[in-house]
Amino acid sequence: MGKIIENTEKADVLVVGAGHAGCEAALAAARLGCETVLFTVSVDSIAMMPCNPNIGGTSKGHLVREVDALGGEMGRNIDKSFIQSKMLNESKGPAVHSLRAQADKRDYSQKMRETLEHTEHLRIRQAEVAKILVGDGKILGAETVSGKKYLAPAVILCTGTYLNARCVYGEVSEETGPNGLKRATHLSDSLRENGLKLLRFKTGTPARIDGRTVDLSKMEEQKGDETITPFSFENKPEEVKKQQISCYLTYTNENTHKIIRDNIDRSPLYSGAIRGTGPRYCPSIEDKVMKFPDKDRHQLFIEPEGLYTHELYISGMSSSLPEDVQEAMIRTVPGLEQAVIVRNAYAIMYDCLDPMQLKASLECKLIRGLFSAGQSNGSSGYEEAAAQGLIAGINAARMIRGQEAVVLKRSEAYIGVLIDDLVTKENTEPYRMMTSRAEYRLLLRQDNADLRLTELGHEIGLISEERYQHLLKKKSAIEAEIRRTEHTVIAPTEKVQALLASRFSTPLKSGITLAELIRRPELGYAILAPVDPERPALPDDVCEQVEISLKYEGYISRQAAQVEHFLKLERRRIPEELDYKDVGSLRIEARQKLEKFRPETLGQASRIAGVSPADVAVLQVYLEKHKNVSRETLM
Amino acid sequence: MEFDTIAAISSGLVPGGIGIVRVSGPQAVKICEPLVRIRAVSLSGAKANHLYYGKILDGETVLDEALIAVLKAPHSYTAEDTVELQCHGGPFVLGRVLETVLKAGARLAEPGEFSKRAFLNGRLDLSEAEAVMDLISSHTELARETAVKQLQGAHSEKIRAMRAALLEKTAYLEAALDDPEHYDLTGYAEGLRPVLETLRKDIRTLLASADNGRLAVEGIKTAIIGRPNVGKSSFLNRLLGFERAIVTQIPGTTRDTIEESFRCGDLVLRLSDTAGIRESTDAVERIGIERARETVREADLVLLLTDGSQAFSEEDEALFVLCEGKKTIVLLNKADLGLAETPEAVSSRRNLPCFAVSALNGDGIEAVLEKIRVLFCLAEIRQQPLLVTNLRHKELLRQAEASLGCALDTLDHQAPEDFLTIDLMDAYRALGQILGEEVEEDLINEIFGKFCMGK
Repeated sequence: MGKIIENTEKADVLVVGAGHAGCEAALAAARLGCETVLFTVSVDSIAMMPCNPNIGGTSKGHLVREVDALGGEMGRNIDKSFIQSKMLNESKGPAVHSLRAQADKRDYSQKMRETLEHTEHLRIRQAEVAKILVGDGKILGAETVSGKKYLAPAVILCTGTYLNARCVYGEVSEETGPNGLKRATHLSDSLRENGLKLLRFKTGTPARIDGRTVDLSKMEEQKGDETITPFSFENKPEEVKKQQISCYLTYTNENTHKIIRDNIDRSPLYSGAIRGTGPRYCPSIEDKVMKFPDKDRHQLFIEPEGLYTHELYISGMSSSLPEDVQEAMIRTVPGLEQAVIVRNAYAIMYDCLDPMQLKASLECKLIRGLFSAGQSNGSSGYEEAAAQGLIAGINAARMIRGQEAVVLKRSEAYIGVLIDDLVTKENTEPYRMMTSRAEYRLLLRQDNADLRLTELGHEIGLISEERYQHLLKKKSAIEAEIRRTEHTVIAPTEKVQALLASRFSTPLKSGITLAELIRRPELGYAILAPVDPERPALPDDVCEQVEISLKYEGYISRQAAQVEHFLKLERRRIPEELDYKDVGSLRIEARQKLEKFRPETLGQASRIAGVSPADVAVLQVYLEKHKNVSRETLM
Repeated sequence: MEFDTIAAISSGLVPGGIGIVRVSGPQAVKICEPLVRIRAVSLSGAKANHLYYGKILDGETVLDEALIAVLKAPHSYTAEDTVELQCHGGPFVLGRVLETVLKAGARLAEPGEFSKRAFLNGRLDLSEAEAVMDLISSHTELARETAVKQLQGAHSEKIRAMRAALLEKTAYLEAALDDPEHYDLTGYAEGLRPVLETLRKDIRTLLASADNGRLAVEGIKTAIIGRPNVGKSSFLNRLLGFERAIVTQIPGTTRDTIEESFRCGDLVLRLSDTAGIRESTDAVERIGIERARETVREADLVLLLTDGSQAFSEEDEALFVLCEGKKTIVLLNKADLGLAETPEAVSSRRNLPCFAVSALNGDGIEAVLEKIRVLFCLAEIRQQPLLVTNLRHKELLRQAEASLGCALDTLDHQAPEDFLTIDLMDAYRALGQILGEEVEEDLINEIFGKFCMGK
């Protein structure tokens, strides 16, 4: 019998899982110079999109823009592989404009794989990680099912929905990961053995149907935008321009709802067979029908899965009803009368980490060097995953280099809101990014993600010098143009009055600054071009910023004041070693919560459910009193 | 370390029949146990909310005989275990008892710390806690009434209702931003407008009551000015000697001034710098223009006294200039000597209310007091169901009002709905700060620091 050969490998960063979080984490770490190993159960499923065939959408589009602004990959990758692009909510305010692109799923996955394969310091390894190796409160590495050990000072868990996954529809229950892929069965135990608390979450996906069996003429066609806004700030609209395909809008009706109601007892969710909490905001069709009994129809969005296939995705119809019910309900929908299912809708249950065990850096409070990102933190969505992956990758690299972690504030980025919510709020269902979660959203627009974050991305080391210089130029061009509009006086000439009249704008009595005119609700920067002969030729993105800054100045400055206020508490750090037992007059519930979460700042503490403003006041008083003492102790 | 236990003299430091040392905190009973001797029971065995007769000891020395009450958490003022030692009310004996309690392990309470604990323990909201302080310092019936209402939560209830209305509207808006398919914004703006307008009207009513309300509650700070020899001190003495008037001396805002408060029915005048006027009865009257300027600046009401038997002098004119922009009543004194000009003539020329009075015989003073009542809307104020007297509340209400105004502007301009949330949340927060339901940096210490010792 042969002797076992010593089988150990060394690296800086191990990334477990190659979904949207894993890819960003691995790329960030490797690009920052860390020797990185990216583990996946199947190399062919790298950056797979097992659910919806699109990237972005309301508030998620913001995340992608921010990932790009910091030097992540998702924006560039979708720009390479999109088949339709649309700016959503254009009739609303700029805060809620959101970019969404339909992806060719295979192309998206393929392009990401190419990027990974061309990245220095990055190795891809097909293997199931079975154990994390921990010693002395520090991560030492990970071990695969085959027993091979990888030693590294940082490990990033990006296990998605694979941990002890189970897929369910009707009476069928299969022990598989998403899309019928192999699940990961060992790692959960290893995490528990190391003291980590796991949650059991549920999410779902709708059926895919054969496009040849669908009558699109009975639906409303939804085309892409004429002028495409690329996701990546590196790309210009004309560079990504291409022939786009359409999506289609149709609706459920009373017949659909009747079938669902009649068979609701056969839904494993309602019969109690599924345990695990499903997302509230991405509900299954049976949830929607039961929750909104008065609605006589629900919207369905028919999206192509890619150019390589006939398959269509029925957005809005995620379900865990039995196959026969799925088929029957789909065929009640206009245009889907003859539809043939290619893949059934199903619900998936999986283990994930209770994210309260993480710091805002996404490092585990309990195990130094262990990071976690994506659905394994109880979030849902590709974009949420990518955002966390990027931050975890950056912070793993920074930990190794002995640098301070990058933590984005709620007032700086949707990514900050996402992570702060994950680590301070008790989640009982998969967390989905939403517009309403970002209280400072007027400042956190998708159009200014680069202005907010690219400087930081450059500091971190993920943004090239060239791109950084470009940003600085853009910034100064915006400032100069705003200044010019404030100093340019428009006289009440005939031409000006005629333009105003054509827009039903009050005529001028005397001269007025161009900025003042732009601020009028019925006017704008572009509209006034004919009466502004001195206007320099500026790129569209600069003009857009000038217009928004001027038009919404009042709102922006009021929101900025809110941020100032918010930051006061955010800046007050709570010492890591604080013993809450020493803090007198804290209510018992508050103390328990604070001990459990161990917030890093007073601001974080104030957002924990069960901690009242009075409790925060107590903490504040305590910290104030002990500020000097602790300084003395340090000396 | 658990919570610490605090103690203070809670009954003020003037000699009196009874004085109370209050001890609050989880160790209250334990700390006091060896210091008191009650027949048949030890303090830890004493029933809550019962009054026991006993002795207070420092070692073997009997310090005082006292009535002793144990109040158990959360049924006490602070919502903590509390021991109250009702001693004889001399400052020295109380001091000795307190010293002994402190020696036994309690910490001297900071001013307002008992109330702060009541707030932090959730027994009072911030507005209610502030009412405690107002109640203690009240020296008019209206002040007392207002403070009690506020303590009983009348203000909090109103503010909470306003917040709830705002939250409901904002929550719907946010839901619609996230899930436009199921939350329709059609008609939202039309539905929001009356809600905001009602809220703004309510807040404006509260604010309108605030200025005059505060003056009615605290008294109207009144400056009596006039050039030398017009009879200021005689007028003052006449006023203070006025029938039915009750006069008390209270410390003024600066160390060397005495404020005299003059009360006649619902009218309370705080006569500022009366010491200054009285000094001037000395041989040489020397109230400089600078001093008058200072007095006028701080006053809510100026009584400009002139010698009505003579025409206005240059000095009088200078004083008229000083009073510009202040509520001013011109008094033509020495009416008993005959008037150089009628009050009606002066009034129409100066556009100021003007009365003929006589400090000598008191003629005309009643009419002046009635005019002051009208100027400060005292009758209306008494009709107000809710009176805002706290300056902090007033400022926050003003902020909320401004934010509601911005939100209404947004509706007027038909700007996209999502802009509304900024101002709606600002209004919501400002109102929440009144109750202490929003986290505010250092607010808590600032407020309770103004409390008196022992409360």
